[in-house]
Amino acid sequence: MYRFLWRRLPGGTALRLAVVLLLTGAAVAALWYVVFPWLAPRVPIG
Amino acid sequence: MRTVVRVVGELCLPAGLVLLLFYAYLLWGTGAETDREQRVLQQRLGDVFARHGEHAGPGPVKLGDALALLRIPRLGAGYRYAVVEGVGPAELRKGPGHFPGTALPGQVGNFVLSGHRTTYAAPFNRLDELRRGDDIVVDARDARYTYEVTRKKIVDPGEVDVVDPVPGHPGKRPTTALMTMTTCHPEFSAAQRLVVQGVLVRREERQD
Repeated sequence: MYRFLWRRLPGGTALRLAVVLLLTGAAVAALWYVVFPWLAPRVPIG
Repeated sequence: MRTVVRVVGELCLPAGLVLLLFYAYLLWGTGAETDREQRVLQQRLGDVFARHGEHAGPGPVKLGDALALLRIPRLGAGYRYAVVEGVGPAELRKGPGHFPGTALPGQVGNFVLSGHRTTYAAPFNRLDELRRGDDIVVDARDARYTYEVTRKKIVDPGEVDVVDPVPGHPGKRPTTALMTMTTCHPEFSAAQRLVVQGVLVRREERQD
């Protein structure tokens, strides 16, 4: 699956790596600042 | 079939990483949020103390506002939390909260606080270390009140009589000023509640 996704990315290795890092960073930021603050109060640990 | 199994297996890796990240958020991300709120609340409380001295009155205050400053010497000289009014999720994100309707600091009845044990800076994480006779210092708007720990126990979440004006005696009229702190037990779980109770032993002028 990852190999398939890698091949679908545009450009050479450097550009693909940059795109992967950018997308990963965006996903982590969305999780940290949007999803987790919403989810945390719903988790039953004090 | 093999393709499905392989894709599911490959998805487990990012899923695990997201879970790890969420765990890190619960431990540190929520704490950073509470630390920010505490800085603001303690600053505001300091302003109120400086502006009104002991004429500020004991409260009540609006939900989410700072009611008093809590210090527990047993937990270190740096242990200080602004207590907010209210015990809803929004209030407990800011710090330990005062159960609305229960006694205010120093008043006859039960001054009840609740706080997180694991997340949101975990203000009540070390309540289990308190021993009988330990001081709990509450700098309220009108004075400094010192309570002394009298008992510590673990109860089921349904045992709500610990927050009654006379704990364990619903409907009984209080004659002494008590304090109760509750938090989740054990750590990382909300299966039970750790309860620490104390009695007021001293009222003095606040040292700002």
